[in-house]
Amino acid sequence: MTITIPPTIRGIEFSADMLFVTAKAWILTLLGRFLPDWLIVLASITISGVVILCLGPLIMMYLTLLERKLIGRIQNRYGPNRVGKWGLLQPIADGIKMFTKEDIVPAKADKVVHLLAPIAIVVPALMIFLVVPFGERMTAVNLNIGLLYFIAVSSITILPIFMGSWASRNKYSLLGGMRTAAQMISYEIPMTLAVVPVIMMSQSLSTNTIVLTQEGSYDMNWFIFTPWGIVGFVIFFLCATAECNRPPFDLPEAESELVAGFHTEYSGMKFALFYMAEYMNAFTLCGIAVTLFLGGWQGPFFPSWLWFSGKTFVLICVMIWFRGTFPRFRVDHLMGFAWKFLLPLTLINILLTALWQFTSNLAAWLWSILILGVSLWTLVKLNRTFVPEKRHYLLES
Amino acid sequence: MLEINFGPQHPSTHGVFRMTVQLEGEKICGLKPVFGYLHRNHEQIAENLPYAAIMTYTDRLDYVNALSNNFGYALTVEKLAGLEVPERAQYIRIIMAELARIVNHIAVIGFMLNDLGAFFTPLLYAFRERERILDLFEAVTGSRLMNNYFCFSGVKRDLTDANLAVIKKMILKFPAFLEEFEALLTKNEILCMRCQNIGILSGETATNAGITGPVLRASGVNYDIRKVDRYGIYDRFDFKIPLGQKGDVYDRFYVRVLEIRESLKILDQALTQIPQGEIINKKSLSILKMPRNFKPPVGEAYGRVESPKGELGFYVVSDGTPQPWRYHVRAPSLINLTVLEEMCLGQKIADAIIILGSIDIVLGETDR
Repeated sequence: MTITIPPTIRGIEFSADMLFVTAKAWILTLLGRFLPDWLIVLASITISGVVILCLGPLIMMYLTLLERKLIGRIQNRYGPNRVGKWGLLQPIADGIKMFTKEDIVPAKADKVVHLLAPIAIVVPALMIFLVVPFGERMTAVNLNIGLLYFIAVSSITILPIFMGSWASRNKYSLLGGMRTAAQMISYEIPMTLAVVPVIMMSQSLSTNTIVLTQEGSYDMNWFIFTPWGIVGFVIFFLCATAECNRPPFDLPEAESELVAGFHTEYSGMKFALFYMAEYMNAFTLCGIAVTLFLGGWQGPFFPSWLWFSGKTFVLICVMIWFRGTFPRFRVDHLMGFAWKFLLPLTLINILLTALWQFTSNLAAWLWSILILGVSLWTLVKLNRTFVPEKRHYLLES
Repeated sequence: MLEINFGPQHPSTHGVFRMTVQLEGEKICGLKPVFGYLHRNHEQIAENLPYAAIMTYTDRLDYVNALSNNFGYALTVEKLAGLEVPERAQYIRIIMAELARIVNHIAVIGFMLNDLGAFFTPLLYAFRERERILDLFEAVTGSRLMNNYFCFSGVKRDLTDANLAVIKKMILKFPAFLEEFEALLTKNEILCMRCQNIGILSGETATNAGITGPVLRASGVNYDIRKVDRYGIYDRFDFKIPLGQKGDVYDRFYVRVLEIRESLKILDQALTQIPQGEIINKKSLSILKMPRNFKPPVGEAYGRVESPKGELGFYVVSDGTPQPWRYHVRAPSLINLTVLEEMCLGQKIADAIIILGSIDIVLGETDR
């Protein structure tokens, strides 16, 4: 069996763009002095793996801090600022607290499944990191079915949540679990269909190739700058918000109704793992949204990884903004929104993309806006069972 | 069929209230409220205390607006013993009671939005305004929540000119905040979707069940003790009673917002009219100093005020001893809860929570 040495090891001239790639290559060449070739391939895989395994929890930790800070500002207060400068050590303090908390298992719980659920939920969350292109040549595994892999793995998340809710033997958890199953399966469908136009246009399932097709002049040929791209992005982002159970779609853990939903009976580190998975999912889903519609690492002037993380950061801030401002949907409204509104719109969007592939000029812009406008209007007209009433109140003496 | 106990430990039952809910999927097909987790023997304790000492305990009834409770109890005992209240004290009472109403309504609307799932943002904005009023309470009465401010035939401390100026400034600034808050109510489609035509209570049912307060007025029944009884000096002020149309959660929200506006009107008038003078009747000073010497004549009295939650009534029977022979509180929270099941049947779980929030209960008063 012949082993091909990854091209990254061969000398790469230094640039800010290739900072991390160069760093890895440098380590590998250093190791190459002592190790045989096949071990270097193994080392290459290990480095990527370790980086991702550390990155996931690290991102989660600082996302919680970011969320608390930002929501604090939205709510006219400071947020955590006691532990370390600007509260920067707060996540570590939280981690220590979580580790030292008592782990309570309900007496009648299914102990094995109760234990497995929080472990199982972290796995798919970490697995998605594999196909996220963090920058040019910074995809951990450049799968040629990357997108399919993402869709498949992200939908596994439902299972551990349901496991946890079922094993807890708690009625709140059970209700939360049922809501999760219903919600996540429903939103999976428009999300998958919203991705189809991207696959059609880039003719590839590989996340790397999808980003590369969005290159163009000034690296600004992003899919979001097309009519179908905007629609696709909005649908994808809404579904992503619903997929990782964030407000206004946070019904599975609706704290004002179901106490804490599916993780009511979890405490200590098990709870922290659920939390971790949720935030890592939020990050990866934003990352995939950036990859698919916002041009991934593409962008002028700045290094590719900075572009990627910047765009992802913006999307995450939007998610946090949602949380700070919106009231929660109700179950029936939520389902209606997915099936009656998002699903038809994605189908129309796919058709539109097919037409767009043949003609993409100014005229195409006009008719696609026309088609989208008309379909949006019809869908709203057909679906809007509820119209807010304007009420006049009598003032009597 | 799934039976769930919401409470007594639950984030949005507003205390240790419990409701046993029968669910079919997410739909409610049976609901039974269970009270008593915060029972503190209020009435029995009061029957063993001198009249003046009970005032402190009334703070703990509806702990969100202690001043209304004080007002109700003071009115009752004054009726029982035939005590006179000086002019300035009357005005101070109205000012404080209306401020307490604003505090209560603001908190309720904030908490209701929280029940809807808006993650604390509206609540904290509401609390920012509430805080200003609580600061004033602290300056005047020495306490933020448990004010213990009223006494028979007067109030305990005077409102200084500085305090009055603070209130005046607050009244000027308040409408801007209210407009911002109202926009949240009227313009947010998710909120309208969640609140309109949910938990409808017809005027007829409400009247039959003895519902009072904003819940009743949201159902379109014009009944406000401030207008019906004109206790204190409410007859001197020009204010209106906002009435709802459908009696749903949205109306209950909105009626409260409008009531805050009316309270501001009353405050404005009271501040311009308030005379100089004494704040407590000289004859009644002895009650504060020697509470055990205060023995109202044999008889009974029922005094009621329009507390922000509804008709708050105190029934006191005197047998000529320093303690009341019988002391009873008609708590609006408890009586308003009786229609909870009717409002919730056929709705979703999420709706039950906001319906409960819209009734505005305080467990201190419900369980006593």
